[in-house]
Amino acid sequence: MRKYRIVKVLLPLATAIFFLMANRLHAYEYIDINTPHLRKIPLAIPLFVSLGDTEADQEALNKTSEILQQTLDFTGYFDILDRGAFLVDPLKPAITKGDIVFNNWVSVGAELLITAGLSQKGENISMELRLFDTFKSKRLIGKRYKGTLKDRHQMIRRFCSEVIYKLTGNRGIFNSQIAFVSTGTGNKEIYFCDFDGSNPVQFTANKQISLNPAWSSDGKWLAYTSYVNGKSVIYIKNLKENEKTVIDKKRLNLTPAWFPGKFLLAATLSFSGDQEIYLLTGKGKIIKRITYKWGSDFSPTWSPDGKKLAFVSLRAGLPQIYIKDMVSGQVERLTFQGKDNTQPSWSPRGDKIAYTSIGEGHSNIFVIGLNGQGPIQLTKDSGDNEAPSWSPDGSLIAFSSTREGPSRIYVMTAYGTDQRRILTLPGKQTNPKWSSNVIKN
Amino acid sequence: MRKKLWICLALVIVIPGLLFMGACSKGGVTEEEEPEAEVQTTQDTTETQTTTEATSDQPAAEVTEDTSGIMISRDMFLRDYVHFAFDKYNLDEQAQSVLRRKARFLEDQPDIYVTIEGHCDDRGTNEYNLALGDRRAESTRSFLLDMGVEAYRISTVSYGEERGLCDERDEECWSTNRRAAFVIN
Repeated sequence: MRKYRIVKVLLPLATAIFFLMANRLHAYEYIDINTPHLRKIPLAIPLFVSLGDTEADQEALNKTSEILQQTLDFTGYFDILDRGAFLVDPLKPAITKGDIVFNNWVSVGAELLITAGLSQKGENISMELRLFDTFKSKRLIGKRYKGTLKDRHQMIRRFCSEVIYKLTGNRGIFNSQIAFVSTGTGNKEIYFCDFDGSNPVQFTANKQISLNPAWSSDGKWLAYTSYVNGKSVIYIKNLKENEKTVIDKKRLNLTPAWFPGKFLLAATLSFSGDQEIYLLTGKGKIIKRITYKWGSDFSPTWSPDGKKLAFVSLRAGLPQIYIKDMVSGQVERLTFQGKDNTQPSWSPRGDKIAYTSIGEGHSNIFVIGLNGQGPIQLTKDSGDNEAPSWSPDGSLIAFSSTREGPSRIYVMTAYGTDQRRILTLPGKQTNPKWSSNVIKN
Repeated sequence: MRKKLWICLALVIVIPGLLFMGACSKGGVTEEEEPEAEVQTTQDTTETQTTTEATSDQPAAEVTEDTSGIMISRDMFLRDYVHFAFDKYNLDEQAQSVLRRKARFLEDQPDIYVTIEGHCDDRGTNEYNLALGDRRAESTRSFLLDMGVEAYRISTVSYGEERGLCDERDEECWSTNRRAAFVIN
């Protein structure tokens, strides 16, 4: 009798556990989104082959291959294999499942394979791209894109978004942009560029000092601080239409931070006496005051669900990072190591906050977990590293670094690996701010 | 009769003779006289330039006297900065005496409105320094209010580390940049 009862309890329990584990195994089959950069997946990308009757010239094939490789390389997820080691016959390219000899790829160490074909007729092009799992001899994605030659980048980014979505469950970063400050014209102006530093564009031309750009979630508005007639204000500008709002309270108008998914923002204002954080509408109307304690409060950053706000406060004397629960109103201190912790940025995954810590005369980027993990130092012995900003999928961090001399914009993985400069402009580049993955197509 | 004639003859000869001599000497050397008028103009231009540089499109220097007899000019009012210790916004003895002089100037010039700019050295992140500059400008303003200057005559702005007067990474430059500066509106 007893035996039966035990089985009755244990069996459903065992089944439940088995299914839970099975699900976990499936989710981590390609890239574990929680520890994505600890192992790079070996990926083979042979050159684009020419399709159809009209021969695409070798230069176009090479260039398109390069764009594809660089776009995927930027994510830091892959170890892209050297084409020189490939076993296939370049004169008999196999791009469809039926023609591919998967063993050839497995034996050079590739776990994933992308084949690509390009046909060109004048300015019109057509692209075929396929992603394969070589171990399973399985096709994971097959896409065809048509357009003109100038749509080439867009087609590749779309395909790469599909690849990243398939492997991680997240759409990635290829449709995002990075705003930043640059002094090339002689004044600090706001610029922005694509996720990989390409196509930089100057956004402001006030010939004043412009600082702290911040993107709204839908990518349609940019808020930033600027000086007008000897006064600091926050501008909220629409990126397409000629719409603009100004927040110009007495004294400081600083550090705008958009509420996720809404036309609301937090900002630092000091008109009431002390530097405090307020919540305002996108039209600049104050909804409520968020911080009250004596001691400067500034640099707000929202959790991805908008339920919490991290910010810098001097309430304990030295600058440290605190978190306010917007529901309960409770404020708790987050950072206890280091004497100067500022510029917090909340990861879009919700689990970590990156920030700048100054010690021994240098600034470095640190990351601390909301569950008490860390802090971990991500930059070291490389000049001053400041102003971290997370990519929209939480896999990369943009920041500024003076390791080469003048301040430049760098990107690294969330674990501090693959640190590289993404663009070089005249003057100094600082204060990067990464948008959501909605800007471009 | 003859005497008169000799005298006339002498005059007729001597005077033109003297004139002739003068003319001769002028003929031998090229002489140019600096017209006084030109010199005057140059001096005036220089003065005007100095005044323009020191103040912004204002009439000649206004001057007022404080209790210790020191002449406080508008130039001095604008030129003298209030300095701060690293990471601090409180006013030390020297800062306070600078501000007492400024308060006296503002008391005697009731039509003047000013903006106080708060500045920092470049240590610390930009946002931190914008907040610190705000506190420096505010503590400076509070002091002047305590000295009796009307609140509506003084506004403040913070430039943080954005408008440094120098960019060397040494204490001399850093202490130069830690300042509150006055601008007449």
